[in-house]
Amino acid sequence: MTSMILVFCELKDGQIRKPSLEALSEGRRLADAAGKQLGALFAGASCSGSAEAAKYGADVILTAEGPALTSYSSDVFAAVLADAVKSKGATVLLAAATAVGKDVAPRAAARLGAGYASDVTGLSMVDGKLQAVRPVYAGKAFATTSFASGVQVATTRPNVFPAAEKAAAGTTETLAVPASDFKSVVKEILAKASGKVDLSEANVIVSGGRGMKDGANFKILEELADALGGVVGASRAAVDAGWGLPHSMQVGQTGKVVSPTLYIACGISGAIQHIAGMSGSKFIVAINKDPEAPIFKLADYGIVGDLFEVVPELTKAAKTMGIGTN
Amino acid sequence: MKILVALKQVPDTETKIKVAADGRSLDPADVKWITSPYDEYALEEAIRIKEGKGAEVVALSVGGDSVKEVLKNALALGADTAVLLKGDGQGDAFAVAQMIAAYAKDKGFDLILCGNKGLGGDNAAMGPMLAELMGIGQANVVVKLELGEGTFKAEREIEGGTEIVEGALPAVITAQKGLNEPRYASLKGIMAAKKKTIEEVEATPATTGAQISALALPPERPAGRKLEGDAAAQAQALLQALKDEAKVF
Ligand SMILES: Cc1cc2nc3c(=O)[nH]c(=O)nc-3n(C[C@H](O)[C@H](O)[C@H](O)COP(=O)(O)OP(=O)(O)OC[C@H]3O[C@@H](n4cnc5c(N)ncnc54)[C@H](O)[C@@H]3O)c2cc1C
Repeated sequence: MTSMILVFCELKDGQIRKPSLEALSEGRRLADAAGKQLGALFAGASCSGSAEAAKYGADVILTAEGPALTSYSSDVFAAVLADAVKSKGATVLLAAATAVGKDVAPRAAARLGAGYASDVTGLSMVDGKLQAVRPVYAGKAFATTSFASGVQVATTRPNVFPAAEKAAAGTTETLAVPASDFKSVVKEILAKASGKVDLSEANVIVSGGRGMKDGANFKILEELADALGGVVGASRAAVDAGWGLPHSMQVGQTGKVVSPTLYIACGISGAIQHIAGMSGSKFIVAINKDPEAPIFKLADYGIVGDLFEVVPELTKAAKTMGIGTN
Repeated sequence: MKILVALKQVPDTETKIKVAADGRSLDPADVKWITSPYDEYALEEAIRIKEGKGAEVVALSVGGDSVKEVLKNALALGADTAVLLKGDGQGDAFAVAQMIAAYAKDKGFDLILCGNKGLGGDNAAMGPMLAELMGIGQANVVVKLELGEGTFKAEREIEGGTEIVEGALPAVITAQKGLNEPRYASLKGIMAAKKKTIEEVEATPATTGAQISALALPPERPAGRKLEGDAAAQAQALLQALKDEAKVF
């Protein structure tokens, strides 16, 4: 049996989530490099939509379906993942570093007696073994992680690995579902109303800091974000200021780690804890009235000026230039 | 109720990172060590449960003598007892989880609290691995926790919102900012902690899952470009540059 690289994929509304497509595409690349097969693994009450994985290179599509999997449970899902790895003799298990991926992958790794690398930004196969690169110490260093175990488990940071279509056979197989003696289970999802993509998956982020002066002023960031096809984030100072901004908006060490193509920091000084969350951005723009603000050391483009003048001008210019991503 | 809080000693975020001569570890010279901030939320939660409904709080850390600082601080904040599990607490999450699981297994803990990740290493793996090794439930990145009779209800962060996880105790809960506001140690607490001893236990040997084989500093980011002119001109120049040079749009 050719050994397999297995990628756990998440479905939402019958579609494979983008971070999963990225993990799957990276899995295909690794499988090609190592001469292995690629398996896409799905679990849920229904796995309709999983066939799409063939377009992204899955040789085999494995589905675990049943009422026991209606709600996400870390212990039951970890069992599904570990069982699939064992039954297919997989040596690598990947998942996207999403809320679910980071919950289930380490648990499955422990079940398999395997090493685990979280939120990786680079993967390669060296002598048939997985090697992972991940940012550590607030992005001030990069650690290459090697595995001591036969099975190797990693989660891929969203928006870092390109999702690339590559047609493959996509033969389907169904898996047995473990008994449902949940130790813990998700009972309810309290979704934010906006329906916009989450910061961790966003391609463009317009963030505001203490320089915004008030929560109501974030409206000008919303307008710019809308014009650029992006979402709004915030520094901890802004979230903690009592302006009514939810913690889910916070970018940084104790907030979200983001990796957009474009990050626009408005009235943010660039404290190391903030940088820890956004230094993986491809292009960084800083708008700050203090020319000495540390954020300028990181920025590809800096605008020294009053954000209350610059941001509306940006929105206006974006509209007249007909800009917006993809 | 008996609560275990697992605490990790980590380099302070402000620490300047230097790579040691071995090319794969942190040069410890000039590093300031602190309790991982996420663990502070975990400890605070344990103390609040103790104050609210009564509990015995055991603080635990894996490491060498230096880690006693973390434990002394936990005692000063209100932990009842402290355990130093002597072993490599800076290494692989899977190994640390095994050591803690081996220690905690037969001690009747109803709840295990820890940070959702260790500051700096950011692996976010120890908690879920510990839960699996102990065969108990988990809720990670938790911003709200309620305990019932042998049950828990936790609210955890997910993309675009939060979700409610319910399960049976014992369970592992990993804390996120927002769970509570950690207190500072009182003088009384600090004095009381001085009288308490830290129990030292040799950690059970563990197998390594993964290790860092190289540590490198990131490439310097090229110097950025400051845009000129008034607000309108700067805006225009920025979008043009993002379009032409950066090809963002
Ligand atoms: C344990 C720990 C964890 C932390 N985690 C995080 C985290 O996850 N995320 C995070 O962001 N921070 C975090 N912090 C806080 C961090 O250290 C900083 O305090 C915070 O990032 C500062 O936010 P800020 O840049 O918005 O505010 P400030 O540092 O106050 O900067 C405001 C900036 O706005 C500029 N400004 C003001 N008015 C205008 C104007 N009209 N036009 C243009 N510019 C203007 C000023 O020049 C200044 O540079 C953490 C701190 C600790 C100790």
